[in-house]
Amino acid sequence: MTESSRDENIELMTYSEVIDVKGFVGNFDVTIRKKPRYVDLTKCTGCGICIEKCPTKVPSEWDLGLGMRKAIYKPFGQAVPNVPVIDKENCRFFTTGKCKVCQKLCPAQAINYEEEEEFIKKKFGAIIVATGFTQFDPSIYGEYGGGRFKDVITGLHLERMLDTSGPTGGHVIRPSDHREPKNIVFIQCVGSRDEQKGHPYCSRICCMYTAKQAILLKDHFPDTQSYIFYIDIRAGGKNYEEFIKRAQREYGAIYIRGRVSKIYEKGDKLIVRGVDTLVGKQVEIEADLVVLATAVVPQPDAKELAKILNIPHDQYGFYTEAHPKLQPVESVTKGIFLTGSCQFPKDIPDSVATTGAASIRACEILSKDELILDPKIASINPDVCSGCLNCLEVCPFDAIEKTEVNGKVVAQVIPTLCHGCGNCAATCRTKAANVEGFTDDQIYAQVASIFEVMRKERLIELSD
Amino acid sequence: MSYLISKDIHQFRNQIISISGEDASKCIQCGKCTAGCPVSPEMDIQPNQVLRFIQINDPEPLLKCKTIWICASCQTCSVRCPEEIEIAKIMDSLRKLSLESQAPSGEERVVKFDNLFLDSIQKRGRVHELELVMRYNLTTFQPFKDAHLGPLMLSRGKLSFLGHKIKGLDQIKRIFKESKRFLRSLE
Repeated sequence: MTESSRDENIELMTYSEVIDVKGFVGNFDVTIRKKPRYVDLTKCTGCGICIEKCPTKVPSEWDLGLGMRKAIYKPFGQAVPNVPVIDKENCRFFTTGKCKVCQKLCPAQAINYEEEEEFIKKKFGAIIVATGFTQFDPSIYGEYGGGRFKDVITGLHLERMLDTSGPTGGHVIRPSDHREPKNIVFIQCVGSRDEQKGHPYCSRICCMYTAKQAILLKDHFPDTQSYIFYIDIRAGGKNYEEFIKRAQREYGAIYIRGRVSKIYEKGDKLIVRGVDTLVGKQVEIEADLVVLATAVVPQPDAKELAKILNIPHDQYGFYTEAHPKLQPVESVTKGIFLTGSCQFPKDIPDSVATTGAASIRACEILSKDELILDPKIASINPDVCSGCLNCLEVCPFDAIEKTEVNGKVVAQVIPTLCHGCGNCAATCRTKAANVEGFTDDQIYAQVASIFEVMRKERLIELSD
Repeated sequence: MSYLISKDIHQFRNQIISISGEDASKCIQCGKCTAGCPVSPEMDIQPNQVLRFIQINDPEPLLKCKTIWICASCQTCSVRCPEEIEIAKIMDSLRKLSLESQAPSGEERVVKFDNLFLDSIQKRGRVHELELVMRYNLTTFQPFKDAHLGPLMLSRGKLSFLGHKIKGLDQIKRIFKESKRFLRSLE
């Protein structure tokens, strides 16, 4: 991020979101909403005195509530740009009208409470969607405590605790009593591979990060013992299988093949009851900490963004690629590319690889003056078109626009957007819309000539 | 219901390593040992499950199971194992631990046969078949088991009444002595 912020060919627009996209490949008209930061990007030096002196503390989203942040804050340590933002909902000045401590103390006079949101309209040639994922909310799992047990956490919580610059400074503690845990139970596939409570798909990343966490735990705290309940260990990747074996052999992680059916409290311990299907016996473990490997799920607003971009998504909200094997980073809409976990759960190597591929695909468009398109697309004859615009409604790609020819309202195809699906041709009552190469006349002629041949060879009898 | 207690969770595994040198935690539970085992249908715990019990530190079912005595030590499992674990060696270690534990063995008759067999070897340097079979039949209270085969085998010279001794019996005795000394040194 830091590197791209310094590149003169890259304009980084942080704290901004795309709210509207019109146009087509090579000519996207994008409206961007720049949210008010209340801190002047050009003046702020990133000294951090405002953060230090801010009197309001709220739970940190980055640390998943394990730590606190101020009302003026940087989302995380390596955030780019190195400029804080004021959280309007919690800021004392915005809620009560008094305070202004940050403004008074700022040596660069960068605080501006009057800043308002800005709308920027710009033209772009290609769009790469990299909106990422969020994690599944495990509270639907009543058998895992449903959020009642403080010491049942998710992998992301543990990740924050293992971070030396995190809320616990790299110490792993039980959230309930802040003691160090000895027995740590990991439960895989929480919300993944579960059609009843979660999603049928595999989240792909959990097996590896769980093994990593088991290794780190043993490394940092040699007294701990990790137990991992799994359905299958999915370690398909370079050196992945070897990594899992290292966790098992060198770091003594106990892998138990089976799901956990129940967690209950007993004193200050959590009793985890599961099964070891390899010996066919129930297993109970006295755990100090339980870590759930929650599923990778799409961002909550993924479907809304799909509507703005006019790209399809699957039933979960992951964006659909044009072809799963041959066009893995292209969306169905030309000029819009996908990368990372907004498409499906991906690990870091996969995300890096698809990002490279998507960037090159975008460059391919930008480097050309003209695009070569598939000729088998729809066209509308303006002389015949009645201007009913039924085709405009049925077009799944928004490839039809209203226009005027000689003072008459007619529909017109935008060739770069059209995929030649034929919906408009089927809908058109005046037969003005046709797919090139498959016009009604051509299809009738084909049918007629087939009948002619069959009649000649006496395969059928035709009555007049 | 078994409790996995974190204290010394690797204790049983380490004990097996110290006896046999084989690490059960290497096992990936592919099941090839069970798939190839010629006596698997007779076993109450399958060979891959034996390794699993070691992995989860649960020696109890192993020390009283039939499997370790039914195992013929043919070593098919050792040859097939993709992780190169010598499962036959592990079975051997388990038999040792089972005998030491004084717990009732899963297959008393096999233990008795083994002891009679070794006794015969120690005395003569080779097996005296007739004596072995008769002693075995008497100790297991089935005196006429396989008796109908006796006359036929005698007539073909497969059984001898008096048995034979080999030359250099003292060397055999030394082997037994050394083995016992070696086993003691392991403890």
